[in-house]
Amino acid sequence: MLAFIIRRTIAMVLTLVAVSIVAFAIIQLPPGDYLTSYIAQLSSTGDQVDPRVIENLRAQYGLGEPFYVQYWKWISGVVQGNFGHSFEWKRPVWELIWGRLGNSVLVEGLAVIVMWLIALPIGIYAAVRKYSLGDYLATIAGFIGLAVPNFFFALILMYLAYVWFGVTMGGLFSPEFENARWSLPRIWDFFAHAWAPVLVLATAGTAELIRILRANLLDELKKPYVVTARAKGLPEWKVVLKYPVRLALNPLVSTIGWLLPALVSGSVIVSVVLNLPTAGPMLLRSLTTQDMYLAGAIILLLSVLTVIGTLISDILLALIDPRIRYGSK
Amino acid sequence: MAVDTVQPTVHVDLPKARNRRESQLGLMWRRFRQHKLALVSLWVVVFFYLVALLAEFIAPVDPVHYSARYTYAPPQGLHFVAQNADGGWEFGPYVNGYKTEIDPVALRRTFVIDEEVRIPVRFFAESEPYLLAGVIPLSVKLIGVENPRDPFYILGADRLGRDMLSRLIHGTRISLSIGLAGVTLSLFFGIVIGGFAGFYGGWFDSAVMRVVEFIRSMPTIPLWLGLAAAMPKDWSALQTYFAITLILSLIGWTELARVVRGRFLSLRTEDFVTAAQLDGASDWRIVTRHMVPSFTSHIIAAATLAIPGMILAETALSFLGLGLQAPIVSWGTLLQDAQNIRTLATAPWLLAPGVCVVIVILALNFFGDGLRDAADPHGR
Amino acid sequence: MTKPLLTINDMSITFTSPDEADIEAVRQVDLTLTPGKTLALVGESGCGKSVTARAVLRLLDKNAKIPTGEILFDTGSGAVDIAKLKSDSLAMRALRGAEISMIFQEPMSSLSPVHTIGDQVDEIIILHDRLNKKQARERTVSLLDQVGVPGARDRANAYPFELSGGLRQRAMIAMALACTPKLLIADEPTTALDVTTQAQILDLLRQLQDDFGMAMLFITHDLGVVAEIADDIAVMYLGDVVEQGDVFDVFRAPKHPYTQALMNSVPRLMRKAERQRLTPIKGTVPSPKDRPVGCAFTSRCPHAFAPCPTVRPERTQIGADHVARCHLLTHVREEAMA
Repeated sequence: MLAFIIRRTIAMVLTLVAVSIVAFAIIQLPPGDYLTSYIAQLSSTGDQVDPRVIENLRAQYGLGEPFYVQYWKWISGVVQGNFGHSFEWKRPVWELIWGRLGNSVLVEGLAVIVMWLIALPIGIYAAVRKYSLGDYLATIAGFIGLAVPNFFFALILMYLAYVWFGVTMGGLFSPEFENARWSLPRIWDFFAHAWAPVLVLATAGTAELIRILRANLLDELKKPYVVTARAKGLPEWKVVLKYPVRLALNPLVSTIGWLLPALVSGSVIVSVVLNLPTAGPMLLRSLTTQDMYLAGAIILLLSVLTVIGTLISDILLALIDPRIRYGSK
Repeated sequence: MAVDTVQPTVHVDLPKARNRRESQLGLMWRRFRQHKLALVSLWVVVFFYLVALLAEFIAPVDPVHYSARYTYAPPQGLHFVAQNADGGWEFGPYVNGYKTEIDPVALRRTFVIDEEVRIPVRFFAESEPYLLAGVIPLSVKLIGVENPRDPFYILGADRLGRDMLSRLIHGTRISLSIGLAGVTLSLFFGIVIGGFAGFYGGWFDSAVMRVVEFIRSMPTIPLWLGLAAAMPKDWSALQTYFAITLILSLIGWTELARVVRGRFLSLRTEDFVTAAQLDGASDWRIVTRHMVPSFTSHIIAAATLAIPGMILAETALSFLGLGLQAPIVSWGTLLQDAQNIRTLATAPWLLAPGVCVVIVILALNFFGDGLRDAADPHGR
Repeated sequence: MTKPLLTINDMSITFTSPDEADIEAVRQVDLTLTPGKTLALVGESGCGKSVTARAVLRLLDKNAKIPTGEILFDTGSGAVDIAKLKSDSLAMRALRGAEISMIFQEPMSSLSPVHTIGDQVDEIIILHDRLNKKQARERTVSLLDQVGVPGARDRANAYPFELSGGLRQRAMIAMALACTPKLLIADEPTTALDVTTQAQILDLLRQLQDDFGMAMLFITHDLGVVAEIADDIAVMYLGDVVEQGDVFDVFRAPKHPYTQALMNSVPRLMRKAERQRLTPIKGTVPSPKDRPVGCAFTSRCPHAFAPCPTVRPERTQIGADHVARCHLLTHVREEAMA
């Protein structure tokens, strides 16, 4: 087990290096160097530009030097928690994003939990009662859930809330709780706001999970060990839950690996629509204003979170499946 | 052996093959026809692509034609039968006119459908000359009003009084074609890269698979956004269009490469491939004559199932304002107008492109599923 | 003769499907099992022997029905008709695992790959004998020891994929015997094993039968195995029991042409010069759909004559404990009388 975790962690670190290179490439992508545009921006607003400051920045980011030198300077800063400077906000990037990143993780984590809570019972029901009315309904709902883009779903929810209840949906907190410390009323306020984005984010994933769970479970229900369990005299629900469901969960856990990237992607766009204080809207804004260190840091950190999430799901899978734990096929 | 007696042999009644040397695709089509839902979906998809192809002909007016008088005019709906004041019936298509009311509180002008006014509508109405799909000169539209000055907004109007229906139809062209172009490009990358990896295996295969895994483990939208943001602002519509297609397929190829590689790997060990190798056939001949024909059907199915992802991605990017830009009309750029909740409350018909997205994605998914089942009747 | 433990009278099993006509997989079967004895159910695959065995535990698929007949099981306090019980009823579940157990052909796929052997054996003990986890594990370990799993205490914590096929089957047997059932159904338990392991498992089963005194319904297509383990034999062909009786009587003088053909298709060890070619049974087993109304074996029988395809042969008593269904038997007698 330990060997397994070490192996996966090494693989993760390699992935992280690749992720950081991609993120840095995106920082470098816009034509021209940002310092020049920064100076231009400062001059245009009439600010005095101190040549020494410029020179400092130039040295700090290694501008004018080859890509790998610049990358090295940037990544050395990143591992120490220095993600560079936001030219638009005139503040260190880390200060800007850590709170928003926390909100992202919170909303996405809740979405994952909701996904499983909904998908598990429905998927089991659909497989055990194959071709029943409930099964058909679940299948149809699943197809629709997959076809509705989540930002469109968010728009519809917003529209309905506005027209029916006169409520303008959006944000994660009411203004009075925005900067308050966590307390019971704030948690309550959070859930009153967060249910919509969480629901929207969970839809597509739930549909996919139900589909996979149903297919896996149908396969597993045909296996001989199910008959063995019945032959022991176990009641049917116990047979189903203890054996085939348990086995059908394994491939399901491994789907987190690609559900998570989709979820993070989706949360960017849903956050923009629902105006959530998460990393998404800030990424969009930084990209449109070409505030590249901020954008690069957000892309990097979102990817890092995804990769870590995948690692956790891998370890989880090993925990529930002894065949993987013991390195057997 | 213990199980085989539980299920008595079920005889699958395959229709007797009339032509024994039926092609793979012929077989696939016959199996596909048995999926009713997939078949209906095929027609829906064909309908949408026809609309995309004939956009200029079907759209009642030019998508950029604006009229400030009719800002956010609601959908008129198309009527065919009318009852006159004297109780007589009148047949023939028409739309109602508008009357304006001033909201006394908000002091805003709102449109109300005026049932009294009937504006006759003509099929194959004459219009300004235009080029269909940029090639065929025509001066007739599928549908139009007799007097071009009359308002004609079957699906309502947008902020600038432009016809939603016409914009939707032109948007269909862009969104659907970008899906197709993106998949074609991805397919090209996927077949070349995945094919090499699957056929030769070894270090190249593992390298490709690592890259594929890596790309698939990244959240796509932030990545796409980052790439799209780097597009120079002064690029022309056509340049942006191709740039976006390229960006989408940079990630899209991975799934197709995986499918192609998987097929290649499993086919490589098949007896008929070994037999061909023993007969001294060249690699090229083995690939083109023996392997590719046996999985074209899978590739077609996988490619079809990849189109919805492309369409969704384009819509999402354009919706966020980093994909296609304003003069280009696509479902995503159209939905940008629907971002503001107050606008949406006055003009919910701005959501129409979203409905189209859902229908097309559903149809493509069902169609693709049907194709996949037909390509591989024994399940995945 | 001791009191029978399980009596199957006139049992038929049909499979229904929405698109096709019902298929009668087993028709009017009579079987009797007595404590301490083994009945071997023999036949080619698809003849209905597994279905018959599963019917006893009511483990048939949902589309299977038992329209006629009874399956009487002596619980010690009166007989229960299993055919009348609902398959997920409490009464049926109380029999399963506790009174009647089953072992299967594939020891790998019949054990859950993600639960330890011990866990899977414990479960049945906890369920029926209401012991706590620790006591159950003690019993499991001694059971595993008894069925010849070396290092039983450690092996109880092993997963099936860590054991060899033979050990897995031993674990299966330990599980089946955990609550000392009166009847053990063994569905081709040695088919998936190699020959030496096969012999060991058969030895083990015989020895356990001596120790526990349970009745055994042994399903196989291997006549060699039958000779080794069975007291009685019932030969099935396409849903019919064509011949049944004491294993010595049937082996010595098979009366039904199918049994005879089956015996002739087993190779015997002889000197090279004396070897004869095996005589395979001509033709193939027809689908249950195409089974004639009369004797099921008609299409392949070398002696088939007028009544065979249309009239179902009656059960004909041949010896004290030997019955067959064949027109030849009655016909010859009629001719002799005439």
